[in-house]
Amino acid sequence: MANTNTILTKYERDDIDSWVAKFPEGRSQSALLAALRAVMHEDHYLSTEKMDAVAEYMGLSKIAVYEVASFYSMYELDEKAAAKNSISVCTNVSCMLNGSDEIVEHIEERLGIKMGESTPDKQFFFKVEEECLAACCGAPMMQLNHVYHENLTKEKVDALLESVKTNGSLHKKETS
Amino acid sequence: MSKTESKAAKPEVVENLVTFFINDKEHQAIPGSMLIEVADASDIHIPRFCYHKKLTVAANCRMCLVEVEKAPKPLPACATPVMEGMKVWTKSEKALTAQKDTMEFLLINHPLDCPICDQGGECELQDLSMAFGASTSSYQEIKRVVVDKDIGELVSTEMTRCIQCTRCVRFGDEISGMRELGATGRGDRMEIGTFVEKSLDSELSGNIIDICPVGALTAKPSRYHSRSWEMLQSEGIGSHDGVGSNVRLHTFKNKLVRVIAGENDAINECWISDRDRFSYEGVYAQDRVKSPMIKKNGIWKEVDWIVALEAVANELKDVNPNAVGVLASARATIEEQYLLQKVMRSLGVNNIDHRLRQTDFYDQENTDLFPNLGMKIADVESTDAVMLIGSNVRKEQPMINHRIRKAVLKGAKVFTVNPRELAFNYDVAEQCVVTPNEMVAQLALIAKASFTLSKKKVPAGLSDLLKSVRATKSAKTIAECLSDAKKPAVFVGNIAQQHPAYSTIRVLALVIAENTGATFGVVGGSGNTSGAWLAGLIPHRKEAGEAVDEIGKNAAEMLNHPKKVYVLLDVELESDSDNPQQALAALNQAECVIAISPYANKKMLANADVILPSAAYSETSGTYVNLEGTWQSFKAASKSYENARPAWKILRVLGNQLDVKGFDYVSSKDVRDELKDLCDKAEDGLHKFEATGIYVPHDSASSKSLQRIGEVAEYSCDSLVRRAQSLQASKPEQQLVQLNTKEIENLGLQTVFESNLNKVQVKQGGVMVEMSITANDMIPDGCALLMAGTKSSGLLGSAFGEIEVTL
Repeated sequence: MANTNTILTKYERDDIDSWVAKFPEGRSQSALLAALRAVMHEDHYLSTEKMDAVAEYMGLSKIAVYEVASFYSMYELDEKAAAKNSISVCTNVSCMLNGSDEIVEHIEERLGIKMGESTPDKQFFFKVEEECLAACCGAPMMQLNHVYHENLTKEKVDALLESVKTNGSLHKKETS
Repeated sequence: MSKTESKAAKPEVVENLVTFFINDKEHQAIPGSMLIEVADASDIHIPRFCYHKKLTVAANCRMCLVEVEKAPKPLPACATPVMEGMKVWTKSEKALTAQKDTMEFLLINHPLDCPICDQGGECELQDLSMAFGASTSSYQEIKRVVVDKDIGELVSTEMTRCIQCTRCVRFGDEISGMRELGATGRGDRMEIGTFVEKSLDSELSGNIIDICPVGALTAKPSRYHSRSWEMLQSEGIGSHDGVGSNVRLHTFKNKLVRVIAGENDAINECWISDRDRFSYEGVYAQDRVKSPMIKKNGIWKEVDWIVALEAVANELKDVNPNAVGVLASARATIEEQYLLQKVMRSLGVNNIDHRLRQTDFYDQENTDLFPNLGMKIADVESTDAVMLIGSNVRKEQPMINHRIRKAVLKGAKVFTVNPRELAFNYDVAEQCVVTPNEMVAQLALIAKASFTLSKKKVPAGLSDLLKSVRATKSAKTIAECLSDAKKPAVFVGNIAQQHPAYSTIRVLALVIAENTGATFGVVGGSGNTSGAWLAGLIPHRKEAGEAVDEIGKNAAEMLNHPKKVYVLLDVELESDSDNPQQALAALNQAECVIAISPYANKKMLANADVILPSAAYSETSGTYVNLEGTWQSFKAASKSYENARPAWKILRVLGNQLDVKGFDYVSSKDVRDELKDLCDKAEDGLHKFEATGIYVPHDSASSKSLQRIGEVAEYSCDSLVRRAQSLQASKPEQQLVQLNTKEIENLGLQTVFESNLNKVQVKQGGVMVEMSITANDMIPDGCALLMAGTKSSGLLGSAFGEIEVTL
């Protein structure tokens, strides 16, 4: 049996511990969302190996972890999605009416990938965002890692992607 | 999910009942009861898919919507508690419209191809769509398709048919205690599955077939074999453990084709083990015997029944009774067991036994009338501390394990003393894992602690064993926990019974139970082990516990000191005995071996001289007595194979041939009634314990030898289940030799894992066998798990002897 201590990083274990401590004993399942978020922070996707390790570490059945991981769109299950930065452009009604299609096209052209793919240098993952991101007042908008950027133009997108690539500073753990 | 215990309306319960109206008729029920429970108890049918009386309420299928006064919208009956003055209509227009609309939604993504679905004809969705659905649908678009999952040899999946009621998911969580299936994805992409490729591992997994309301989960071995309306259903009893689970046997053209769970709340509720469900595949094994056969000069010849029985009678008529050994199965019906011993005892034979895997018979005369649980099966769930000694109860007696699990969920503490760590489906307070040789010493620690605690005097017989023992902290904790409990129990299992020091283990278990106020019980044995004792299939007692003039030889002695003649009833000694090497040698030297058996494998053809083909499971009427002493009779469900006959009839004719008095039975019921009368009059002796021999652990002969842990593999316990191919295929690891990593390194075996074959040489009793090895760190140092009843073990020696494992 593989040792969970060697599969989960120290950051992951510490983060899980701090979240589990917030819930009553025996209710560690409540901390599962946070635990998976910690793994996303480290790996940018959830491998089956990591999910199994989380299950064992938290004393949950593996399937209970798979259920949660596959339910929420903020978790990526495919290794292809494991790029440093994740881009989600909202393409729902308000954004579409305000030109999100052009933004999508521009990003695809700039990065040389299609929606749902990662750049070969593993810098960017262009996520297929299916849901409305609830920022219609600033349409068109996108979510870059954890941060919303509204009233997008091609120039604004270029600047953002450039700054992320050079600074990498926008990819921070932003949990309350 | 809200927890609901079954508290349906029971008129005799006088509590603060609430009064309410269903369909304008007054009803009363305990507050907190759900509408659907009350309706079910009063025979008011409300359609449902996700609700199941033994599972928690999910309320996700919405099929049970009913109209409730003052509620603006229809409410789900499964999740609506009854309230004072509530008025409910289950068949009003509002209710029926809601149900019809739900049905339309459920059918949006469900294929409408019932004629090619295995569930067709017994499908809850099909039935309810006929009763409550519309004949057309407004949905014109493309239906979704879900990829089928491979979840093992026993359950077939067709996931496009799934309506996501989540009964199977809740079953895993709440009943089998293993969450194996789950609902992954979301919205219209939600799927039921294991997410990763995985075979179901639970010993109760087949129950999801019964509870699946559609054709998403069906039985793989019987799939597409026959239609439900072509099959006949008979009631039967599961035969592989001491529970006697009620089952329903389905036959098609006189052949047994399927087994499903029967219902009996006192015994198996509505669940059965996979072993009881799928073992029927063994009935039509290739080595079924068609006709009576006699071997002359090494050549087998089929003969008429009359010829065969005359030959057997002649063989037995003038034989010296001391030169005969009778070995019978604990799975035979009590009628067969009773008649066999009656015939043999009339000839003066007392060498009669069914305890083929037992090796220590020291205090057999001090035991109960029959091995029993000491309580009702249903009462196991109200125990609050359980000590399991030498018992892999989860695999040996799955339905008793289910009751222990229920007790644990209510707060009971479980302690075990076993030769290996076991994977339980509940939290165990402490597993004491010691080598087989150390089990007695481990129990002595707990026994000593229990004497100190109860301030009782150590009886003379035990003083030698206990005098130098100093109880450890953990032993004290166990003893204290048992004494503090209100309803503690101490159970000994199959591993204990096969242990070379069983009598000592039993006595220690008895004193621990007595000192702590616990109930002592046996959680071992096969379908009719209790019956075998009552029928007199033991050397030291006749039927109903009556004393014998001269105590005969027990099974081990009969094979240790070979007999001239052996009579076998559904027994395969290479798999059913403790020491196959010794047993086969005994048969080999015998002058005559008479086998009454449904099957004849190569070893039987080599060793037997006469084979009388008996009816297999489901082909005979009979009775099994379970561990709580309940007699359960059943009728034959299918026709006997070819010229095979029910064993009780074979024995009746044999009795007549030998002019034994009182053999004019007309039916198996006559046999049963005769024995039942005797048993009802018999007084049950209490568990006595007297001075016993003390087992001294012996040192290993050489540093290379390991102690074998030879517990019987889950699916190798009897002739029927060994022939059930799907069960065999589902647990390939049964056939492996298993050592812990450290021991593998000590013995220099790690190199075998470099190639994928993992083959090692296993040596016991001078015989070398090639086997595959696997590492299992739940096994203690110095031991090897090599299960009995398996292919390789048939060539080896004693189940708890010493073995060598080399490259």
